[in-house]
Amino acid sequence: MSINRRHFLASAAAATGAVMLPRAVMAADTIKLGSVLDVSGIFDAYGKPMDTALRLAVSQINAAGGLLGQQVEVVGYDTQSDMALYSQYAQQLVREDKVDVVHGGILSASREAIRQTLHKNKTLYFYNVLYEGGVCDRNIFINGVTPAQQAEALVPYAMGKSGKKVYIVAADYNYGQITARWLQKFVADNGGETVGVDFFPLDVSDFGSTIAKIQTAGPDLVIAPLVGGAHLSFFRQWAAAGMKDRIALASTTLGVGNEHKVLTAEEGNGIMVAYNYSQELDTPENVAFKEAWVAAGGEAGGMHELAVSNYHGVLTWAEGVRIAGTLDRDAVVDALETGVSITGPGGKVTVDPQTHHAILDVHLMEFENQGMKVVETLPQRQPIDTQAVCDLGANPDDNTQYEIQI
Amino acid sequence: MDLVFVIIVEMLYAVASLVLISAGLAIVFGMMKIINLAHGEFMMMGGYVTITAVTLGANVFVAMLIIAPLVVGLIGLVVERLVIRHLYGRLVDTMLATWGLSLFFIGLATMIFGNTTTGISTPISGFTVGNYQVNGYNFFIILVSIVLLGLMYAVLKGTRLGLIARGAMQLPDMAAALGYSPERIYMATFFCGSALSGLAGAILAPLVGLVPTSGGAYIAKAFITVIAGGPSLIAGLMASSGLFGFISQIFTFAVSPVMGEVALLLAAVVLLRLLPQGVTGKFFRGRL
Repeated sequence: MSINRRHFLASAAAATGAVMLPRAVMAADTIKLGSVLDVSGIFDAYGKPMDTALRLAVSQINAAGGLLGQQVEVVGYDTQSDMALYSQYAQQLVREDKVDVVHGGILSASREAIRQTLHKNKTLYFYNVLYEGGVCDRNIFINGVTPAQQAEALVPYAMGKSGKKVYIVAADYNYGQITARWLQKFVADNGGETVGVDFFPLDVSDFGSTIAKIQTAGPDLVIAPLVGGAHLSFFRQWAAAGMKDRIALASTTLGVGNEHKVLTAEEGNGIMVAYNYSQELDTPENVAFKEAWVAAGGEAGGMHELAVSNYHGVLTWAEGVRIAGTLDRDAVVDALETGVSITGPGGKVTVDPQTHHAILDVHLMEFENQGMKVVETLPQRQPIDTQAVCDLGANPDDNTQYEIQI
Repeated sequence: MDLVFVIIVEMLYAVASLVLISAGLAIVFGMMKIINLAHGEFMMMGGYVTITAVTLGANVFVAMLIIAPLVVGLIGLVVERLVIRHLYGRLVDTMLATWGLSLFFIGLATMIFGNTTTGISTPISGFTVGNYQVNGYNFFIILVSIVLLGLMYAVLKGTRLGLIARGAMQLPDMAAALGYSPERIYMATFFCGSALSGLAGAILAPLVGLVPTSGGAYIAKAFITVIAGGPSLIAGLMASSGLFGFISQIFTFAVSPVMGEVALLLAAVVLLRLLPQGVTGKFFRGRL
């Protein structure tokens, strides 16, 4: 038999089909959950606990009988704090592994690196991190706190405890810039005055002159959306200059990576924050979560805001699949849009159908002896910043990250 | 009036920290002509040594002023024996080798301490000047750098060891002919340079959150200061630190911290355009 090109192509296609067949059958046996996180590299303080939380959630789902009668399998990739690896692994998850859902991404840059790939390939995506708000895309579900949810709660509380004059020191990239704008808005809304705003690149670690400058302005309160290890110096130098007892301090980021455990008690005590989660939350869900965390091999006391968000994300997705009764993306999105809610370690988390963001409890907290003492819980806050610009019900094909104008 | 005082203190502090950051490099690069790209990592290790020693129960000042310089100096000694001594006189090769070393040290620190931020709190509390609070630790840094400059001057100018070291750097053959082993002098000098880097890292450790990659933040400033300083070791260090610290603080107070950094770099570019040999290439010639 002579082999011509047409014949070769036909048999090659048949062979490929035959190879793919058992794979497709196999895929039906387990549900594949893709995960892309920085488990190593400079962001591993965020990523490692997030990974632990994700695997914990999946193992709990499997122990309870899985989803739709199938076990859930984690296909996880370590992006090594390298943004280039995100797009590569997203392609791999979609094309090779053919996963049913992707959870992951930490920095906003990493989210934007994979969001379009997943959108185009109609693979459902969960981004489970506190971020600057404004993403409007029907394929993505986000359950982190946005600046408005935080600032709306934090600003009046902190101003009530200190006074009307506020100084803002923020990280110099989109998160810090956008958050600073929100802070100014809420300061004004609460009858206060912003007496100064300063932005710092992520590698600045000397804040001596800034601290002197702040004293010249003489505010009652300093709010610090600062990010990363270098910026941690601000809180150290603030305490070292003896400013802690003179001017009140609040932050929208300090503590999400358990930074309050790095600062000493004397440096941290009294700093005001607002998040969805604190290890000190006294709820049955949180107690059970902390026990399960240690039992699953997680470092005791290592869970933080982002890890819990990731845990919430998996639970929310699982609830959507249960209601939909299928893994079909559109059916799951429809199911989630009915306003699914779950109760996790951080409290009740509800999907907002209009924006695919989360309606969640925001806890006002103060640092106390390297812990975050919950002062007050504001139940079920709406993501009002994103709601102002995004309506997926009216405009389901939207696919932008809006810059919020204030 | 209080504000003027505070600004002066911040300025002196900025100058002092530049002196500290650059002193080790001034010896290794300025005297020995080794482009030590691992300078920042020596500082980072000084920080980690301090933090480890303090958590093990050592007094913080002992840890900063004695343990850290000694440990980092010894690491420098090993590095010199294994790598640097094969590369004397090969400027570009030292750059490549020390860059590799810096990656190695970052990896090593990551393995041992993890990639998370650690730190200790400052041992000196703040105090009040009129309506202002000042970080008391600033004065400690200013004091240490003054003592450091004084010691360097005394050793290099006043002692026989310093004379021999300076001589061997200028004319190694002549030093050898007079019976001194240039190899051992180089070794000792590199030890001193590394120890000074370790000291700088240790003293700055309580002010920052330390991660294994922290060294990268210092290396550029250190090189700029040393190069702009020019051939005279101590006069150059003082002149360029003073100039850059002054300029960056003026802009930091007047505009913003970012502009302070920009002004520092701009000043360096302009300075090197006007004085390619550095400040002491033109002024204070022949001084130490």
